[in-house]
Amino acid sequence: MSTHTDLIPQEGHPDNHGHNHHDTGAGHSTLKGYMTGFILSVILTAIPFWIVMSGGLHTSGMTALVILAFAAVQIVVHMIYFLHMNSKSEGGWTLLALIFTIVLVVITLSGSIWVMYHLNHNMMPSMMEQQMQNMP
Amino acid sequence: MFQVLVQKMFDHLDPVKLIFGRLTWEALPLHVPIVLGTMIAVMLGGLALVAVITYNRLWGYLWHEWFTSIDHKKIGIMYIVLGLVMLLRGFSDAIMMRAQQAMSFGANNGFLPPEHYDQVFTAHGVIMIFFVAMPLITGIMNFVIPLQIGARDVAFPFLNNFSFWMTAAGTVLVMLSLFVGEFARTGWLAYPPLSGIAASPDVGVDYYIWSLQIAGVGTLLSGINLLVTIIKMRAPGMSLMKMPMFVWTALCTNVLIVAAFPVLTAVLALLSLDRYVGTNFFTTTLGGNAMMYVNLIWIWGHPEVYILILPAFGIFSEVTSTFSRKRLFGYTSMVYATIVITVLAYLVWLHHFFTMGSGASVNSFFGITTMIISIPTGAKIFNWLFTMYRGRITFSVPMLWTIGFMVTFTIGGMTGVLLAVPPADFVLHNSLFLIAHFHNVIIGGVLFGLFAGINYWFPKAFGFKLDEFWGKCSFWFWITGFYFAFMPLYVLGLMGVTRRLSHFDDPSLQIWFEIAAFGAFLVLLGIVSMLIQFYVSFRRREQLRDVTGDPWDGRTLEWATSSPPPSYNFAFTPLVHEVDAWWQMKHAGYKRPTEGFIAIHMPKNTAAGIFLGGLSALFGFAMIWHMWALMIVSFVALLAVAIGHTFNYKRDFHIPADEVVRTEAARTTLLANHV
Amino acid sequence: MSDTHAHAIASDAHASGPLQFHLTHEHHSENGTLLGFWMYLMSDCLIFACLFAVYGVLGRSYAGGPSGADVFELPLVALNTSMLLLSSITYGFGILEMQRNRLRPMLVWLGITGLFGLAFLSLEMYEFLHLIHEGNGPQRSAFLSSFFTLVGTHGLHVTFGIVWLITLMVQTGKLGLTTENKRRLMCLSMFWHFLDVVWIGVFTFVYLMGVLK
Repeated sequence: MSTHTDLIPQEGHPDNHGHNHHDTGAGHSTLKGYMTGFILSVILTAIPFWIVMSGGLHTSGMTALVILAFAAVQIVVHMIYFLHMNSKSEGGWTLLALIFTIVLVVITLSGSIWVMYHLNHNMMPSMMEQQMQNMP
Repeated sequence: MFQVLVQKMFDHLDPVKLIFGRLTWEALPLHVPIVLGTMIAVMLGGLALVAVITYNRLWGYLWHEWFTSIDHKKIGIMYIVLGLVMLLRGFSDAIMMRAQQAMSFGANNGFLPPEHYDQVFTAHGVIMIFFVAMPLITGIMNFVIPLQIGARDVAFPFLNNFSFWMTAAGTVLVMLSLFVGEFARTGWLAYPPLSGIAASPDVGVDYYIWSLQIAGVGTLLSGINLLVTIIKMRAPGMSLMKMPMFVWTALCTNVLIVAAFPVLTAVLALLSLDRYVGTNFFTTTLGGNAMMYVNLIWIWGHPEVYILILPAFGIFSEVTSTFSRKRLFGYTSMVYATIVITVLAYLVWLHHFFTMGSGASVNSFFGITTMIISIPTGAKIFNWLFTMYRGRITFSVPMLWTIGFMVTFTIGGMTGVLLAVPPADFVLHNSLFLIAHFHNVIIGGVLFGLFAGINYWFPKAFGFKLDEFWGKCSFWFWITGFYFAFMPLYVLGLMGVTRRLSHFDDPSLQIWFEIAAFGAFLVLLGIVSMLIQFYVSFRRREQLRDVTGDPWDGRTLEWATSSPPPSYNFAFTPLVHEVDAWWQMKHAGYKRPTEGFIAIHMPKNTAAGIFLGGLSALFGFAMIWHMWALMIVSFVALLAVAIGHTFNYKRDFHIPADEVVRTEAARTTLLANHV
Repeated sequence: MSDTHAHAIASDAHASGPLQFHLTHEHHSENGTLLGFWMYLMSDCLIFACLFAVYGVLGRSYAGGPSGADVFELPLVALNTSMLLLSSITYGFGILEMQRNRLRPMLVWLGITGLFGLAFLSLEMYEFLHLIHEGNGPQRSAFLSSFFTLVGTHGLHVTFGIVWLITLMVQTGKLGLTTENKRRLMCLSMFWHFLDVVWIGVFTFVYLMGVLK
């Protein structure tokens, strides 16, 4: 997956020296950043595991919401500290692509679940709860 | 999870099975005269082609100048040739169906037995969407985008060549299914449980899956490629709101490709798992749910129709403003309409299966979003009309297609809004009304747009214009043929006739099918006229020669360079100040530079793409026929070639300055002699 | 090409007398590999979105077979998750060495990353084989089909990541830390961390929520 412009900097084109740093996209990583991300994600992983393994909160719906919230936060942490996501890289196009993708992921996931839930509800009402899980 | 697969492989350690899988002599159509005849004709035709190429010693030329080329213009042309060839195949399916339906009434069973007819309509749909419309769209985008944004090539030239060969590999598999084995009999989206292993144990659905998966890789990669090209490689000064309209629509289409094709890949992969491994995603037992397939495939399928239509909208925008000699009316509103369509395209998928039974709340949501999406499309039609208003219109062939589109597409759009009303859809779902509707928008929108584009950019690609007379014949045959072929289907659909039937009992319907068959015959004349147009234009190429590089008095950058453009497109990268960059250059008295040329940095040709495509086709064939030995060998080879290619670091070269000088001097002489 | 940059050039031309319509030097666009690779990742993300959606819809269709609570072993999953997290930070250390142009330490960190990846895969393989051995293979129910496919697809990505890692180790070993190789290492970095993000979704949505009653 490389392009014809790949080799230019090696050949020492005068107008490309300034780009080297940027072209590899490597200018942003620091030890502090990686360690912050790592520690945060360890914490954010450990808590939901601990919640679930120790029997969960009052209701399972509540537990589900809480661990989903932890997952969302942890995804943001990974995006910022490991994937170096910010509004400036590649002129903002990476962030724009990410936001668009997240919107589509939400549409696909929630849309499918919504549509299929209503389908089952309307077409197989008797099988909705217990039966469906045990249906052969 | 591969237990079953492994089990299947070692079930028959019998070496013949391991090598040939389920392929036997039975797979060849030796007992079906029509197919056998076609096969022999195709083989003879192929042999004749090979003989002509060999006799004229053209293999080297084809290999070095075309097959291994990473020049976006040549790849674009190869896509278009592929699309046009497949149009002939897809249309022969169409005319067979029209003929069958026109004659198969009462005691007459027509000439196609049901199992054959089912393959014909499936192949027609699959081929027309994936192997005609998609290659033609991708080809035009490939050819035009770098020229319109003033770039030398696309962002990833090798990937471009590879994408083309993956599309070609998919095409090869589809064509092969005609002669070796059979194609799916499931309809173009292969809904389970009909496409499941229990109802379709043969190779048909596997051909379907693997041809689409392989071509899908090509489509996805070319989408990413063109997206990065547009984002990163525009000429200096060309801000987003100064991009030509076609580039805008191409940008949105490629966003849709990158965001929709993964869904197709995923859902076809799940179907393959059901078929090969025995999972229960879409089965009727053990908790599977076939409607989940329908849901997912339309999450891809609806954006797909916008993938096809948006570039056509872009072509119409370019053509309308060029042939009206006016700046495009409402450029900004056009851009926003395109963006709104891009986003809304993901919110309407359920209107393809209102009748599934999700109930009133779900259906009304999707009904409303569907009606909303017609608003930006309507805005576009008004923009084109206002562009034409008080313009100095030339009724050249591209403009004829555009006007034909505006009328036809509006009708199709209105029947579409009708279908968006869920209660109406319960009556019209899967009827011929639906068939008439989507042909109305796909032929009247996408195909007319592609033909406008081919006529418009042909002189840029080959250096001579297409013959006007035969172009006009083609247009008039096509458009009248279209109305004759599809208006009767609206009537039949309203009367309740459903799609995909190979035989009818009610003789009162026959007259409508006969009218439709007559329409298909007119379309045939339209296609023949187009072939004659190509031939006549080639014969008359000296009279039709375009030496200026700007035969239509165009407005955008592609007309600033010669026809055909040199491999590097522009000797110097253009600087852009306005949307209609070339128009402004012409009116500011821009003088073409004739000296001071410098060496130009260009990508090198490579054969990796064609090898990877070939190996993918082989791998797909092995999977289809359960030839496990070949599967492993081709997969390992695929991986080896791919990894091997990454060890090639020398992928570029410089066109020396004196070669640029020679090329440009030749053009200077040509221009001087012309004036 | 950022728009501001382009504008600057255009307005420069404005400032200096008559409009210029072409550049007189060779124009180089910014490299698009990282952006292109990011877009590939976004499309991959949508493949996973579909698999998650399938799991969301079919994940409770047990067909009389076992449920998540019956078959998931959270300690094993926790161990597996830590393997992946550790591999992420070691890849990060590799990138830091790459920035300092220190080839050997970087190769060592990449090697460690690969080993963590292999450990992750082995644990996953053990889990899968164990389930199949118990008669709870992907064919048992729609729940198990969607479970195996979602987790297996992630596993396939990790496998591919390891093949790529080895290839890159050979290439940097042979040719050193050239601009080209650094860019490839950054692409793999994105790929590797992206798989981590997907795994967060997997352990939350599939394992943790799966054992909730």
